[in-house]
Amino acid sequence: MTDQEVIDLINRSLAEEFELDLEKMVPEANLYEDLGLDSLDAVDMVIVLETAFNFKIRDNDAIKSIRTLGDLYNFVIEKKKKLEAAE
Amino acid sequence: MALKRVVVTGMGAVSPFGRGIDALRDGLLENRSAITKISDLHQIKGLRCHVAGLVTGIDPKEIPRKFRRTMSKMSVYATLAAQDALNDAGVSRDCCSQGRLGLVIGSTIGSVHTIQNFFEDFLKDYSLERIKSTLFFQIMGHSCAANVAQALGITGPILAPSAACSTGCQAVGYGYEMIRTGQEEMMLCGGADEFHPLTAATFDIMNAASTHFNDEPFKTPRPFDLKRDGVVCSEGSGVLFLESLDSARRRKTKIYAEILGFATNSDVSNIANPDPGSLELCMRKALLNSGLQSEQIDYINAHATGTIQGDAAEAKAIQNIFGNSVAVSSLKGHLGHTMAASGALELIATILMLEQKKIIGTLNLEEVDPECAKINHIGEIEEYPLTIALKNNFALGGVNSTVILRRYKDD
Repeated sequence: MTDQEVIDLINRSLAEEFELDLEKMVPEANLYEDLGLDSLDAVDMVIVLETAFNFKIRDNDAIKSIRTLGDLYNFVIEKKKKLEAAE
Repeated sequence: MALKRVVVTGMGAVSPFGRGIDALRDGLLENRSAITKISDLHQIKGLRCHVAGLVTGIDPKEIPRKFRRTMSKMSVYATLAAQDALNDAGVSRDCCSQGRLGLVIGSTIGSVHTIQNFFEDFLKDYSLERIKSTLFFQIMGHSCAANVAQALGITGPILAPSAACSTGCQAVGYGYEMIRTGQEEMMLCGGADEFHPLTAATFDIMNAASTHFNDEPFKTPRPFDLKRDGVVCSEGSGVLFLESLDSARRRKTKIYAEILGFATNSDVSNIANPDPGSLELCMRKALLNSGLQSEQIDYINAHATGTIQGDAAEAKAIQNIFGNSVAVSSLKGHLGHTMAASGALELIATILMLEQKKIIGTLNLEEVDPECAKINHIGEIEEYPLTIALKNNFALGGVNSTVILRRYKDD
């Protein structure tokens, strides 16, 4: 999976779950202030990503510091790379 | 303490006839049945009832996702009905947030669909890792009340009575009592339920669901009729806006009806089969609380769901108090049994009848069962000099409820 494919899958998954406008899903978009997510959505976002990418990230402390979609893209890309390297 | 007069100044309905009071009024006055054959139901092993009254033609996306994400269908129905009742009453969003408005909305149970979805996933591998945070809010007992309050920004007291088929009637009764005793000035009151095959199965297991009209759904249920064979389950929500007469006069708003009395009691003779004596006691208590004599009641909107035992028990209870002098009809033939919504939806319909001075007769009542014959059945739509109406609802679990209301008169 290329980085762009990862980004596209994140965008599609979150847009479907949270009814987001794909045009607003830019790297600098703040998940909370710009996309309107809240603490309940943050919990569900983890579940949506775990299902989409078939990995576990719930207990990863780094996820708590994610603020923008760009942060999230980087986090997921890094996570996938680590998992692939470990295989 | 001087008791306050309580009036209805707003109504909202999501019924098997669709969204809105107009849809409900039109369906009833056109004497239509909202019951249809549900194709999926015949695939369920052991379920013999394949008909229901389902809500169509609403758009849940009217409710912002932030609020909708914690709602199952029943909360969507309740929120739309409550919003319509508020609009009808001309009450602003600001009023909701000032703590002056309370809410009483109940359902039979939390969302069975959501519970089913949870267990379907959970039982695959006994994992909770895929469970979303919004699950609990759809299955908790006060799901409708909490979701409506959140969506409409209601900051007054909220209550969530759960008494199955008596829920809607009790909700209106409790709201009435809170305003009457001066605790609150305005209350949104009602009930909601969503259809799930388990609802129909609940009655079918007890041989109390309609099973002989699967290919002619419009012919069932048949309240008080000789060929009645049980309940047809439906879904929806009815919400009434209640306020003190003082408040309504101050606001110079339209008044639909005045609530004169309410009673509820418990029938401990049997958890499933109603005892005429207990139903009679409930109606007598409501009359007493209203300060009315039985002769003053013009019309009874019966609970009569189309079950063999329930209809006969209610007819006997009505006969014991009113003889055959009071007009009686049931709306279950049109709507089916909307469960926790039925009390509120049928109260709204009764108010529409009071307004129009017309009685909507019992649909599918073709040959009155001798067991139910000694009361004054109305089987058609009739012009009638209606002033005061009595509304019954009786629930599995032995919960009876009665509300008495009259066409508003400025006295």
